[in-house]
Amino acid sequence: MKGFIYKEFLHIFRDPRTMLILFGMPIVQVLLFGFAITNEINNAGIAILDESKDEMSIALTDKLLASGYFTLKENLRSRDEIEAVFRKGNTSLVVVFEPQFSSRFIREGQAAVQLIADASDPNTAHLLSVFASGIIRDFSGDISIINKPPLTIRIQTNMLYNPELKGVFMFVPGTITVLLMLISAMMTSISIAKEKEMGTMEVLLVSPLKTWQIVSGKVVPYILLSFINALIILLLAYTVFAMPLRGSLLLLLAESILFIVMALTMGIFISTISNTQQQAMLLSMFALMLPTILLSGFIFPVENMPDALQYLSHVMPSKWFIVIIKQIMLKGLGITYFWKETLILALMTAFFLIMSIRKFNVRLS
Amino acid sequence: MTRILYILQKEFIQVLRDKSMLPMILFIPVLQLLILSYTATFEIRNIRLVVCDLDHSSESRELAGKFKGSSFYNIVNYVQSYDEGAEWLKKGTAEQLLVIEPGFAKNIIHTGDASVLLTTDAINGSAASLMNAYGTSIINQFGREMAVTATGSAQLREALRIEPQFWYNPELDYKTYMVPGILVLLVTIIGMFLSAMNVVREKETGTIEQINVTPIRKYQFMTGKLLPFWIIALFELAFGLLIARVVFGIAVAGSIPLLFAVASVYLLVVLGFGLLVSTITDTMQQAMFISWFFMVIFILMSGLFTPVESMPDWAQWVNKANPLAYFIKINRMIMLKGSGFSDFSGLFFGLVFYAMLTLSLAVFRYRKTS
Amino acid sequence: MDQIQAIEVHNLVKKFGNFVANDNLNFSVGQGEIFGFLGANGAGKTTAMKILCGLSKPTSGKIRVAGYDVTRQPDKVKKNIGYMSQRFSLYNDLTVKENFRFFGGIYGLSSSEIKNRTVQLLDRLGLGNDSGKLLSSIPAGWKQKLAFSVAIMHQPRIVFLDEPTGGVDPITRRQFWDLIYEAAAEGITVFVTTHYMDEAEYCQRVCIMVDGRIDALDTPGNLKTNHHAANMHEVFLKLARKKST
Repeated sequence: MKGFIYKEFLHIFRDPRTMLILFGMPIVQVLLFGFAITNEINNAGIAILDESKDEMSIALTDKLLASGYFTLKENLRSRDEIEAVFRKGNTSLVVVFEPQFSSRFIREGQAAVQLIADASDPNTAHLLSVFASGIIRDFSGDISIINKPPLTIRIQTNMLYNPELKGVFMFVPGTITVLLMLISAMMTSISIAKEKEMGTMEVLLVSPLKTWQIVSGKVVPYILLSFINALIILLLAYTVFAMPLRGSLLLLLAESILFIVMALTMGIFISTISNTQQQAMLLSMFALMLPTILLSGFIFPVENMPDALQYLSHVMPSKWFIVIIKQIMLKGLGITYFWKETLILALMTAFFLIMSIRKFNVRLS
Repeated sequence: MTRILYILQKEFIQVLRDKSMLPMILFIPVLQLLILSYTATFEIRNIRLVVCDLDHSSESRELAGKFKGSSFYNIVNYVQSYDEGAEWLKKGTAEQLLVIEPGFAKNIIHTGDASVLLTTDAINGSAASLMNAYGTSIINQFGREMAVTATGSAQLREALRIEPQFWYNPELDYKTYMVPGILVLLVTIIGMFLSAMNVVREKETGTIEQINVTPIRKYQFMTGKLLPFWIIALFELAFGLLIARVVFGIAVAGSIPLLFAVASVYLLVVLGFGLLVSTITDTMQQAMFISWFFMVIFILMSGLFTPVESMPDWAQWVNKANPLAYFIKINRMIMLKGSGFSDFSGLFFGLVFYAMLTLSLAVFRYRKTS
Repeated sequence: MDQIQAIEVHNLVKKFGNFVANDNLNFSVGQGEIFGFLGANGAGKTTAMKILCGLSKPTSGKIRVAGYDVTRQPDKVKKNIGYMSQRFSLYNDLTVKENFRFFGGIYGLSSSEIKNRTVQLLDRLGLGNDSGKLLSSIPAGWKQKLAFSVAIMHQPRIVFLDEPTGGVDPITRRQFWDLIYEAAAEGITVFVTTHYMDEAEYCQRVCIMVDGRIDALDTPGNLKTNHHAANMHEVFLKLARKKST
């Protein structure tokens, strides 16, 4: 049996391409999430249609451009040009100052600024509109003749767990989860399905090795690879992004192993219901990976989804695991807070294990 | 020339006979479109708020009431202490905690200087800043109203009136934004994955040797391998557009033939990529793995989920090699804004060049003789 | 004497890095001959054959197959040869008829030629009624025979068979060789590699490879006489022993 596991290891390690990707992928993903990908707004394209071009409109334009949210793309000359500039696709917001902006303000005490947002991206449009409005209100407060309101409510804001609002904190738990799923579930299922497809599985089954030995042998290398991967990601997050580990490292690793084993049982199960590698891959992809990415709270918060999908997400083991990771790493909580989630993972593991064994036996008879 | 027809005939028979193909092409994309469109949103609704009112005055209740009345918020509990409220955040059962300190009402009336504490679970940094902004604006609005009643002065007017307009998607429906991007994703999966796996399968089973020994030419073989998936992917696009129209009510604002023309070129890039992957892999597992690797990077950086402009300069530069970024942008422009060819001709020619590059590389790398 | 040899090999060398798989091979095969390429696994038979088929490039040497230079005119060579690989090489998810149609079309046969040849070859095998069956449902021994039929479908001048009878029972092996005789009778040169020594008896001439070199090249009869052996297996053992001394 040891020889069998060793052969499986060799299979994987001898292949430089898979190795490169196995270890390159987590690194690349964490780096991407940490340095490149963000849903904040920087450098949004803005175009100004200034029908006044007087002191105030120019001053307000400068203030907008100085905020860092916007990059000026064009100065428009007439309303007809608005549609065209949106069509070009590089501008997300058009700010329009009505004619006689300053004089209206001084004489009537009120002037209007139009914010026309390209709402094909509603998220950006909304944010831009909120930010621009904020800047404009600030400006208004600065120059307002009416003095400050006699009442201020001071708001103390407290950003818990992530005071610097680093985007990467949100993504690291999800990245770990997705990668573990990929390696432990998807690759395992394909590896076993391959033996089936090639017919070599029968050869193995006829050998003195017992079924559980064959399966374990196939599976052990992936456990190790997943584990190493998880460690790489955690290390990267810790060193490069200063992501804290506020809770117990041991507990984190233990939960990770639980999740890995769980993913493995899912992978094994998928291989029992697939006949070819392609089937295993497609099934893993659509029944596991994509739902994991979408419904687990990895990128998109689950709370904002329609109820039906929220129920669906409860079935996703990845969702529970992400909760656990976040609670250990970022909130520093102990197992009393997530014993429920842990139990769910354990039960799921047992479930898939039993299902796989039954399927296996059915196949053999 | 007829050789290509024979290859195409065989390929189509194999594809259609493959039982996993049909669900892949028809069933899965529908599911994906539906689920993805509903999940992929950064909108914040239903912020779960815990209120800790230590003042118990009519003013503090009024402030809490403002949150209750807001469509963004959902008050999940009233607690008596900060710690109790913090537990909710720890457990993940609430996102924000509002603490109104004792003496709130008194301060409003007498000193004109009151304070509240707004605590937010900031693990999701960008969501947190948005939630904070919402909470802050509700509190500020309350402050202004209090000022009016407290001092009896006339309604304070906003000196600068801000008139927002939202074009192309006035309801700010996130689905409208996501669907075009998801269509690109679907089409790409078929183009890249399936084509790569298809060629590699022949390598793995050994039938490719039988092919290499025949007088078939490289380009004939490759055309035979790619053309079926090109056709299937375009069909997928049409199918997806139909669903978008029927289920989501999203119609193509611009020219549909133009969309398909761009899609055709885009698919050449993606297929070429898949083919390239197949020339550097020997097993289907490898092919899948490597394709997945590049797909994930491409998808993340493509602007599907997060805005491209917000990425740092070096990332935008890298994006020039990301075919998804090109097509997602063009697709959104055509579908949502009705942009014409002149609006994205630069991007289009970029795609053409890219297609020529990947295809020639793939043909070059494919060796009948090793 | 046939002036145009089917296969001419001069000083063929194939190296993989420092490992010499084929060490200076010299031989030729006449048209219509049944030529056996024998040797233990790893002796270099498959490597040499792949070079002859144009699937692999030689490190050095001049090789002419069907009158064409293999390195300079591989496509002309391929038009005139057939091949059956060691691993099973027809499509499992196509029917028998579809496999024939595909390969026939690739070799440039017209659709009527394809139809006729398919009927002819299937009848010969007694599989006339099975043309609509998926290959995956055909038992192993028959798959091999079908693969052979496909390989000679376009009536090539030479057909290369790489261990065609691997993993097949003795009766099927005998039947397979009947097919080979039929093909040779039609004028097709048969170049077959095998590690079954008894199959050597079926060949007109036999070449025995040991460690990448040709150790013997003659008719089976002559080899047995010269090595005082009762059968080809003994010949091989004696050659192998000679190596170690």
